[in-house]
Amino acid sequence: MTAASSRKLIVLAAIWVVLLLAPYWMAPLGGYTALATRVLVLGLAAMSVNFLLGFTGVLSFGHAAWFGLGAYGAGLTLKYLALSTPLAVIAGMLLGGLCGAILGTLLVRRRGVYFAMVTIAFGQVFYYIAFQWSSLTGGDDGLRGFARQPLDFGLFKLDILSDANIFYYFVLVCFALVVGTMGFILRSPFGRTMIAIRENERRARFLGIPVERHIWIAFTLSCFFMGFAGALYALVNNFADPRGLHYSQSGDFVMMAVMGGMRSFWGPLLGAAVFVVLQDYLSSITVNWMSFVGLLFILVVLFFPRGLLGFFQRSKA
Amino acid sequence: MNVLEINTVTKRFGNLVAVRDVSLTVAKGELCAIIGPNGAGKTTFFNLISGYFPPTSGKIMFDGQDITRLSTHERVSRGMARTFQITEIFPELTVFENIRIAAEVAGGYRLRPWISRAEASKIHDNVETTLKLVALEAKADRLVGELAHGDQRAAEIAMALALKPHLLLLDEPTAGMGDQETYQITQLVRRLHRNDQYSIVLIEHDMRVVFNLADRICVLDQGRMLAQGTPQQIAANESVQAAYLGNAA
Repeated sequence: MTAASSRKLIVLAAIWVVLLLAPYWMAPLGGYTALATRVLVLGLAAMSVNFLLGFTGVLSFGHAAWFGLGAYGAGLTLKYLALSTPLAVIAGMLLGGLCGAILGTLLVRRRGVYFAMVTIAFGQVFYYIAFQWSSLTGGDDGLRGFARQPLDFGLFKLDILSDANIFYYFVLVCFALVVGTMGFILRSPFGRTMIAIRENERRARFLGIPVERHIWIAFTLSCFFMGFAGALYALVNNFADPRGLHYSQSGDFVMMAVMGGMRSFWGPLLGAAVFVVLQDYLSSITVNWMSFVGLLFILVVLFFPRGLLGFFQRSKA
Repeated sequence: MNVLEINTVTKRFGNLVAVRDVSLTVAKGELCAIIGPNGAGKTTFFNLISGYFPPTSGKIMFDGQDITRLSTHERVSRGMARTFQITEIFPELTVFENIRIAAEVAGGYRLRPWISRAEASKIHDNVETTLKLVALEAKADRLVGELAHGDQRAAEIAMALALKPHLLLLDEPTAGMGDQETYQITQLVRRLHRNDQYSIVLIEHDMRVVFNLADRICVLDQGRMLAQGTPQQIAANESVQAAYLGNAA
């Protein structure tokens, strides 16, 4: 094994140890477990955005739509269909993913700013649907009246509703599943065609890659991941609201991805952690917390264009 | 048998006729060079062959089949590979990774979310062989973006070769190169043609390279095919001298 790949393995192990022990080291540092859970869920969303942005080179500015649809899918399932947490997560993922897959077919010929603009427009369509359809979604007040359900394994039950630590580990397992899938895909021949498209679309096309089809597949996968994250978010809050679909929410995800480092796999998780912790800390001091996050974002973009993680990686190399 | 048969293709952009009624036949194993002054329509002609855009009229046959309306990637999957006047590579990937992508696509693995060890090692062998062919095996782990211009060119040609094409289209392979690099690329193209029997169409400005390599030369001028023939015939052709070689003198 080369030095580089063994160093990668050590970093990977370190990340998982930090995540596994989060409920134990968060508290002494003044945090709390639910905060770690939020970081995981929003980090997963930012990583899904980055699956497209950092590894296919396509910027979606409407990804909150699939996130919000995932949240509503999970919430509505729990409220009206079945009191089952796994079913709610699957329903949310399917709702976000399938809507993304369908609209993706209309998107794949657009590039750059045009792609971003059309994704904003599609995202806003879902925002207004959720906003207006009060009888189903609760409108501006959001969807209430559902709660995540304990996991029943027959022999034993896991009470993810009232025990914050158990819920954290449930989310961590879900997170690991999705992140594992992402990593697996990125290391596959298909994943390498995504990177080829990011690096040089024309070359990719003239190597025989049907670029539009591959962008569609990457987009659709990213929408499914996003729907999954959204479903988890509904379980975190026992609540879903239209702001989760809004383009400003999409902007937050892009910000997390860029701040953390969009060329690195784990960067967006770091970005999400910084974002969520700052939000949690600053919003108790000032309502204008976002201006401080924005300031940090500007500084990162100006001085570490590869993001926080990109900066750490470079200074190590 | 002919690899490529182009029958009176025309390409219009609005009022401009970039390529007018051009026909060309390339036999298997032949090396055909396209020359002509700037703006003669050489690259447009290449774009028509490789499917970058469709012709306004005319017909293109490849390996005996009509490909006039096929998309770029369909032509590539039938065995047509091309390089560009301005090198098109994946700059932030290593030489090995650049060629591996081509090899995997050629192997039919592009949609696969996994790859078995046996398949991966087959791909690996294809990449290694291709690297040897272009003499880049010592630089396999370097980022392509950091290589010298000549090596980037070689890497681009290697990507085309990893597709195992029946026809290689090279758009000005020695553009912007010094004497030493030009010599190396010329030797490489000669090896591919003579030893490996590749069918090649190339656009080239450097007359030494053209007269050195080509079995046949086609002269384009203002979108028309002015003349075709062996290097000796073209050198002796008066209308070519007037339109092209004469201007330079």
